[in-house]
Amino acid sequence: MEPFKTLESRTVVVARPDIDTDQIIPARFLKGTTRTGLGKHLFAGWPDFPRDEGARVLVAGPNFGCGSSREHAAWALVDYGFRAVVSSSIADIFRANALKNGLLPVAVDEAMHRRLVARPGARVIIDLAQRTLELEGARVTFAIDPFARRCLLEGTDELGFLLAQQNAIAAHEKERAC
Amino acid sequence: MAQSEPRTLFEKIWEAHLVSAETEETPAVLYVDLHLVHEVTSPQAFAVLRERGLKVRRPERTVATMDHSTPTTPGRFVVEDAQCAAQLAELQANCSEHGIELHALGSEQQGIVHVIGPEMGLTQPGMTIVCGDSHTSTHGAFGAFAFGIGTSEVAHVLATQCLLQRRPRTLEVRVEGRLRPGVSAKDLILAVIARLGMAGGAGHVIEYSGPAIRALSMEERMTVCNMSIEAGARAGLIGPDDATFQYLAGRPRAPRAEAWEEALVLWRTLTSDPGARYDRSLTIDAAALEPTVTFGTNPSMSAPVVGAVPDPQSLQEPASRAALERALEYMGLRPGQRLLGHPIEVVFIGSCTNSRLEDLRAAASLLRGRKVAPRVRVLVVPGSRQVKRAAEQEGLDQVFREAGAEWREPGCSMCIAMNGDQLRPGQAAVSTSNRNFEGRQGPGGRTFLASPLTAAAAAIKGAIADPRELLR
Repeated sequence: MEPFKTLESRTVVVARPDIDTDQIIPARFLKGTTRTGLGKHLFAGWPDFPRDEGARVLVAGPNFGCGSSREHAAWALVDYGFRAVVSSSIADIFRANALKNGLLPVAVDEAMHRRLVARPGARVIIDLAQRTLELEGARVTFAIDPFARRCLLEGTDELGFLLAQQNAIAAHEKERAC
Repeated sequence: MAQSEPRTLFEKIWEAHLVSAETEETPAVLYVDLHLVHEVTSPQAFAVLRERGLKVRRPERTVATMDHSTPTTPGRFVVEDAQCAAQLAELQANCSEHGIELHALGSEQQGIVHVIGPEMGLTQPGMTIVCGDSHTSTHGAFGAFAFGIGTSEVAHVLATQCLLQRRPRTLEVRVEGRLRPGVSAKDLILAVIARLGMAGGAGHVIEYSGPAIRALSMEERMTVCNMSIEAGARAGLIGPDDATFQYLAGRPRAPRAEAWEEALVLWRTLTSDPGARYDRSLTIDAAALEPTVTFGTNPSMSAPVVGAVPDPQSLQEPASRAALERALEYMGLRPGQRLLGHPIEVVFIGSCTNSRLEDLRAAASLLRGRKVAPRVRVLVVPGSRQVKRAAEQEGLDQVFREAGAEWREPGCSMCIAMNGDQLRPGQAAVSTSNRNFEGRQGPGGRTFLASPLTAAAAAIKGAIADPRELLR
């Protein structure tokens, strides 16, 4: 995975709340066996999705990514070109999936969220090391799990960390006779 | 000796499965007892193992089935969709390469992953259970911590039998009183989701408690836990009791003889201690609930069948108002319109929410001796081969056929519409499934979620109906 440091991009805005993963990628596109080539099906059911192939930041309404656990939603967003999703809240499973694919989920406060929603196409600067998002000179700090942040900054994945725990896992299995 | 702090059921399960506890810098390493696998979210995970030269750490703790994209037509063994066929073949190859038990199309145990786990007795109290499917929360009905994961995490579990997790918070949903006749577990969970909202459970594990929950059968408890994710929760949980133990006794994978007695001793400790603290609590009165149906495009948008479609103008917040306006436009509904009598063209009885024997019995109780309304298509899709056999032994298939419904083979079917069972654009359906998102049951399809009783009533009337009017 490519390390994520800073990102400067214009935004695409979809302001609806509760955008579920069936909207991000409908189930009829989940029949493949690879994780590539899904960008062309992003928001396939939305003729009004504001297509902007150069934009790297998607701004969305609250509770983005609710519903199905399909990681295809994160794969489709990344394949399309997005590297960050910004909202006032992001659904749990989607957030976990996004982090594993170099797609940064950013939850900002409601005031900043309103400003972002009101300015489609505005330029934002996201600095992961500083945990900041900047829009037209206004800067906010966002929360992110320190471990996920380190993985993104280094471009490493969680599986390596888990594989390094083999001894502890074996000890747990022995202790619990499982 | 110092008295230990009272703990919730969730905390007990969490602590028993910690390989290492979380710190500020790193999440907990959580051990997984049972990993359920299906064809749609696993191929890319097995590919990760191949790329890295890894093996499945505990194949005997991994069980696979084919459900999402399988045809449900009788005599269905040729999968016509080439992509679906390839995906199913890949699951078969992956399971055989890694020595994983697979209940393939044609197997007598095949069925929806969240139906077969419990019915085989794989799902047991106190376990951690994961699957690349958000409705894994279903298994929480047995007092297991069960949650949906993405495909990267499927790879993590295959390779290490563990996941990296931050401890979720706890939310108690206490349900007082008793459900009234004609009101079911589905109506209860739709009411909970309406109260919490789509994100109200985010970051939390919900524990359902109270007399109304204790009075539910295991199948009803599964319906409740199944839809916890629709309120954004990580999982739903119900403390095990005699109903749980009775359900499990004698199941093929449940412990036997001495092991059963030992298990019972442990399982009886799996309750939240008196005085245990939840991060949040909510109380609901079961007696106040009525048969419920969704009117919008997410499961939180629901109302009693005797109610009316809400008016977006009554909402203050512009984004919520716009969302409701769009939902009503998509659904073809007018603000203030009564729900009763709204015409429908399809009824779907099935899915991991409501496809078990009791669900089919409930639907059949209304359809027995009655006819499906003209021009209404009714699909009845049992959750598993075992459910199908049991239903046929009771003659339920005859009841459905004589009423004019289709009796199909098990699978996810029209809940996710990957297998050819789907709505046409503009078609309205009452469905016992779990999601009414735009296009969920087919592009342009309009889904009204309801209980099996309400769905059967709709099939008879050809419109949204109150099942209490048909109950003898």
